[in-house]
Amino acid sequence: MIEYVSNGVVIFFLSAGLVLFAGGGIGILRMPDFYSRLHPAGKLDSLGLMLMVLGLAVHNIHWEHIQLSNILVSIKMLLIAGFVFHASPTATHAIVDAGIQAGMRPWRKGNTRRG
Amino acid sequence: MTSFLLFCGLFLCAMMLISLYRAVFGPTVLDRLIGTNAIGSKTVVLLLIIGYLYGRVEMFVDIALAYALLNFIAVLAASRYFYKKKGLREE
Repeated sequence: MIEYVSNGVVIFFLSAGLVLFAGGGIGILRMPDFYSRLHPAGKLDSLGLMLMVLGLAVHNIHWEHIQLSNILVSIKMLLIAGFVFHASPTATHAIVDAGIQAGMRPWRKGNTRRG
Repeated sequence: MTSFLLFCGLFLCAMMLISLYRAVFGPTVLDRLIGTNAIGSKTVVLLLIIGYLYGRVEMFVDIALAYALLNFIAVLAASRYFYKKKGLREE
């Protein structure tokens, strides 16, 4: 019984993460310049990775017979999610800083698409 | 459940191809950096899924953690390099 519930939760988390990854990829492809491309790249990727890692961590605990080693591996997966949650905004800020320093103007309405 | 995980891995590979377009044809260097960063963050999840498919999650979770660290360091180092260099113009 509890296995069906856990499978449902895992499928929900993984599907939500896949939807967010798809949105991020299409946003990177279609946004007009690179300042606006950072919006899907930074936000949707970190949230999608968090949801998918959370789903895999729930799937890793075999709910019929819970063991300590499986719980430790799941905690390590959550550490990956926590690290990316801090590292992704830092990387995004560094990229924006390099663009500002190089003197690139943000895209405005009416300008031509860049790329 | 294994077939659903396989579907997730294949879908992630398709999303990586979309990001790869931006990494190859991006007009500036920073566009390429965004594309590679997106590919790296998808690869972390793909490594975990590969670990489930092979049944060796306790080994692949360490590889995924190291890959996340390497991806972060690479993006940070590249953007600092172009910050110092100031050779980054619109092509």
